[in-house]
Amino acid sequence: MRVRSTLGALTSIAVACAVWEGFARSGFVAPALAPSLEAIGAAFVRMVLSGTLLRHTLYTLYRVLFGFVLAGAVGVPIGILMGRFRRVERFFGPLVSVLMPIPSLAWVPVFILWFGLGNAATIALVFYAATFPVIVNTWTGVRSVNRLWIRSAEAMGADERALFHKVVLPGALPFVIAGLRQSFARAWIAVVGGEMIAATSWGLGWVIFDSKEFLRTDVMMASLAAIGMIGLAFERLVFGTFERRTVGRWGMVKAVRG
Amino acid sequence: MHQIELRNVSLEYNSAASLVTALRNVSFGVDASEFLCVVGQSGCGKTTMLNIIAGFLQPTGGEILISGKAVKGKGLDRGIVFQDFAQLFPWRTAQRNVEFGLEMKGLAKQEREEIALRFLKLVNLEKFARAYPHELSGGMQQRVAIARALAYNPAVLLMDEPFAALDALTREEMQLFLVDVWRETRKTVIYVTHNVAEAVYLADRVIVLSPHPGTVKAEVRVALPRPRDILSVEFLDKQKEIVSHIVARK
Repeated sequence: MRVRSTLGALTSIAVACAVWEGFARSGFVAPALAPSLEAIGAAFVRMVLSGTLLRHTLYTLYRVLFGFVLAGAVGVPIGILMGRFRRVERFFGPLVSVLMPIPSLAWVPVFILWFGLGNAATIALVFYAATFPVIVNTWTGVRSVNRLWIRSAEAMGADERALFHKVVLPGALPFVIAGLRQSFARAWIAVVGGEMIAATSWGLGWVIFDSKEFLRTDVMMASLAAIGMIGLAFERLVFGTFERRTVGRWGMVKAVRG
Repeated sequence: MHQIELRNVSLEYNSAASLVTALRNVSFGVDASEFLCVVGQSGCGKTTMLNIIAGFLQPTGGEILISGKAVKGKGLDRGIVFQDFAQLFPWRTAQRNVEFGLEMKGLAKQEREEIALRFLKLVNLEKFARAYPHELSGGMQQRVAIARALAYNPAVLLMDEPFAALDALTREEMQLFLVDVWRETRKTVIYVTHNVAEAVYLADRVIVLSPHPGTVKAEVRVALPRPRDILSVEFLDKQKEIVSHIVARK
């Protein structure tokens, strides 16, 4: 199974690469603007060897993970409380409805004024972008917890606290995981956008933006590829594994084979 | 004194159009270790009645006594098994499901495990202690649910059509099995079903509820020796007797 799914992933990536290569060689845009796979690969290797790619990646990862973990730590409890208590729902519901549709990038100028250029502004941005999907999904998850589980637990003497930890949280987990996934994707969008504007000299978003000044499309594409690879790694290793070992193992969702 | 007694239990609620009486003055008692079945057409309020006994619903009139004391709300003195297989917690193994009530009681881990395994053995599932519910068949899941409801030693076991969602063969097997478990544990059971043959097979006594509003229409004692022969004349006569109460006009 493992081998087959890896093969599948490789095939789809190979097809995408072939399409790119076709586009690069078609002459539709100048070769300097659409570098071949070879040029991108060379830039990638160069950046790896010089250590700059690692450093850019670490900066970006730090910002993403900081904001993402914060979003989870805030979003999951708010979502649970909203699903469980009408009053909390009434308080946060309208706030979520108002704030969620505002693109996180629209906040960049405000955050720069508040936090200055650098990590703090980018992390705040990631946090903003990543919190709402967690809240909304967790909230939905709690509301869709099977009532029979609640009834059974109550019949066996569960109080509100036990209900919370032992029934509502695991019962809502498929939705919480979906929310975290979505939120992670939004965190990446925010971090790259944020780094383009608010970062000083490190980060994958910054390097992409900076390369434009020097027409280094190979560096741009190599950095984009790095973002994609990290995304794939997280999806497979973190979310995929967590899902397989919890809700997949429990038969609550059909496990993604991988 | 009855182990559990319903005294003039009524339930009224406001629907969009009018005041609906779901149950009116339902009274009966169940002795310790007695197996009582409640039958009636769908909509006669039998599940509502069970939910009141379990404490999920508050009656608008009357009271429920367990060992002579009035009870309000939910409590560990009643165990409940529902029809739906989904009542088990999917994130807990069979054993951990059975342990849930014991956890709520505050028992130590070792004691919990011991009791859980004993009850899984009672329902012939000790080999599946570590299986998750989705890995078990419907009949096995219902057996785990029965073990779970018995494990914390409630005075009364309430069952709401627990085998209705099973195929006919498994259902028969489960009925046989339930009689064994009941004889071994000597629990007081209130078992709701719409299946008259099932009621005659299981019960010491059958209560017939009539609908609109739900009231006790008849009480039929089933004194046939166990195991019961479902093809015997006496068995079929009992079935006829109960059916005649169900279909008779007021």
